[in-house]
Amino acid sequence: MAFKSVKDVPLGPYCHLESTLINKTGEWRNMRPVLDRSKCIRCYICWKFCPDVAIKILPDGNIEHDYEFCKGCGICANECPKKAITMVREE
Amino acid sequence: MVKKVITGNSAAAYGVKLARVQVVSAYPITPQTTVVEKLADFVANGELNARFVNVESEHSALAALISASLGGARTFTATSAHGLALMHEMMHWAAGARTPVVMVNVNRAMGPPWNIWAEMTDSIAQRDTGWIQFYGESNQEVLDTMIQLYRICEDKEVMLPGMICEDAFYLSHTVLPVDIPEQEDVDRFLPPFESAYKLDFDNPVSIGSLSMPHQWYMELRYKIAESMENARKKIVEVDREFGKIFGRSYSGLVENYRGDDADLLLICAGTMASTAKDVVDEMRNEGVKAGLLRLRVFRPFPNAEIVNLVQNAKVIGVADRSISFGNQGPFFTEIKGALYGKIPTKLLKNYIVGIGGRDVTTNTLKSIFRNMASIKDHGLDEEVTWVDLKR
Amino acid sequence: MAKPTIPTEEYMLSGHMACLGCGAPLAMRYLLKALGKRTVVSIPACCWAVIPGVFPYTNLKVPLVYTAFEVTGASISGLRAAIDARGIKDVNVVGFAGDGGTADIGIQALSGAVERGENIIYMCYDNEAYMNTGIQRSSLTPFGAWTTTTPVGKTKFWQKTQKKNMVEIMVAHRIPYAATVSVAYPEDFINKVRKAAGIPGPKYIHAFAPCPTGWRMPPEKTIEIARLATDSCVFPIYEVEYGKYKITRKVVNKKPVADYLKMQGRFSHLGEEEMKQIQEYVDREWELLLKKEEFTKEW
Repeated sequence: MAFKSVKDVPLGPYCHLESTLINKTGEWRNMRPVLDRSKCIRCYICWKFCPDVAIKILPDGNIEHDYEFCKGCGICANECPKKAITMVREE
Repeated sequence: MVKKVITGNSAAAYGVKLARVQVVSAYPITPQTTVVEKLADFVANGELNARFVNVESEHSALAALISASLGGARTFTATSAHGLALMHEMMHWAAGARTPVVMVNVNRAMGPPWNIWAEMTDSIAQRDTGWIQFYGESNQEVLDTMIQLYRICEDKEVMLPGMICEDAFYLSHTVLPVDIPEQEDVDRFLPPFESAYKLDFDNPVSIGSLSMPHQWYMELRYKIAESMENARKKIVEVDREFGKIFGRSYSGLVENYRGDDADLLLICAGTMASTAKDVVDEMRNEGVKAGLLRLRVFRPFPNAEIVNLVQNAKVIGVADRSISFGNQGPFFTEIKGALYGKIPTKLLKNYIVGIGGRDVTTNTLKSIFRNMASIKDHGLDEEVTWVDLKR
Repeated sequence: MAKPTIPTEEYMLSGHMACLGCGAPLAMRYLLKALGKRTVVSIPACCWAVIPGVFPYTNLKVPLVYTAFEVTGASISGLRAAIDARGIKDVNVVGFAGDGGTADIGIQALSGAVERGENIIYMCYDNEAYMNTGIQRSSLTPFGAWTTTTPVGKTKFWQKTQKKNMVEIMVAHRIPYAATVSVAYPEDFINKVRKAAGIPGPKYIHAFAPCPTGWRMPPEKTIEIARLATDSCVFPIYEVEYGKYKITRKVVNKKPVADYLKMQGRFSHLGEEEMKQIQEYVDREWELLLKKEEFTKEW
């Protein structure tokens, strides 16, 4: 919903669910969570505690980080009971 | 049609009922209280099918109604003076969120010292909030304007909040005969509120988020200004259409009373206009070409109408029932602005009258016309005079 | 393979503006998971006024009505009134405000809404200071905390008052349901919100939502610190249903409050004496809560 001019702007400050998905917060990241899938027990604790909804449960039950939006807070790594996630510095 | 002898506040309540308002929220303050008491009676008796939210402050009253309006309901509140001042933040919010909330404000002086009597400072201080502002002259006009206001404010090209002001006690508590329109006629004139932005759970909309300087805040404010311009036309149209159905109309934004050929033209608003009309008649009988313009609407300001109506005047007097400290009467400064470069006469005079409810009598207004006559012959004495000040 | 312990449907999207490790988005995420799409949320000035993103975008899949700082209680009253007036029956009306917007500037409108018995859910997400404006103290900032308006300085100017107890204030209104929840316990969080949705009248839920930025701690510690807050009895998890108290997260081996305090930079200036003082306060409050639970057991 990119407006070009005042003519495109609605009457009031109404925001539609085109959503913040345009805002790629992955660009904020300094530390990158890296999952060692061999250690993952699919408990979904990391998924549950992600403030950025940036961990996906895949159809096969595995989890995957969404690096487009992951800000790299590290909660997933800190909460993982199997220490399957490590935080590594972004290049 | 039923004729009742009722107060301005009661007339306002009948307006709410006839407009089939769905959510009422208000907080008591003298001299507004009887509006909401009457509404509470209507609700209690089942005559008005509205949710009545008895809030803990005026600020909350308006906040509740803004959200109720966004929720798709037709809304009403009434307040006065300190109550209106407390609403100030939400006054901006109501316009910014484009909610056509309608309000009765009983014009009352601000404290301290405490004073519950007529003065327009309270509503004029809300000038820049994006509200349409009407000033009533009679109880009938209060009721009729209520119904007109819902049509104007809810218009898709306007979508702004609006208020009708009544002078404390002169209208709020004085009984006058009022025609109560038939419900069917009002229903024909005023369709149910159809907000374009009511809650939709399938296509959810957020209303009022952050907007940055480089982004669309300025454009959204431009839209309000644009809608206010649209309101000018709507006010006139709606008033005309109202006249066709109900047999009464109010000359749109400005009422012209014997002003066309007047040498001495007084401009004022509210109940003092009634007194001024009598005085104009009296002056005319004495051979003085006096006339009156009554400001019915302050926002949008009737710039073009005033320019058009004052062309023949030799002296223009503006009576303000309020004062902008550090400058002049607010109507006066706006009228001067409207007239700049557009009229031949430079004889403009401001009269500060009726502050804190001091009675604006026929004598007060005669002294004003006499002063205007003297200005016509001898030139301007001073630009602003406080009339009836105990010197 | 285990199953997710909370609903997988998301009503809060990514790409929002919250800081790294912020507890507040988690509170919203759990809240909406519990309530589903027939929900309207009203949000005053607070971090969540910014988190959903700038106009014309939003990250919520439910209608959101922003309002001014002090009027969340009034805003949700108006929304409920409109929804009632339109004859709609199945919608949750939720206020979602920070600690300042709830316990300071917004307490009047909240008190009014609760006193009137409005059918609403009010959630305070408590990060214990005005975080959106940059960490100024509120009446929910705990004793001993540094904030930008209670700096330590040379005169130990840190927060000198104890945290106002909002749940007790709500209970004093004889509210049908009041509860505490924490982002560390999403299952309990969601259960309580769902329970609240089934109770007519006003419901108040106080959500513990750590702020790594303002608490001066690493962002990955959000859940850990929230868990420790409960395990040390700094933030007990309980509910009060029609006056009956129930501690929903039993604390068996109480952890020392000092463990909790020492993890956060905002308490780093405190000495043994102050920590002891805080421990005594927490113990007394906890004892009081246990006694209330005991006293109302048969209700």
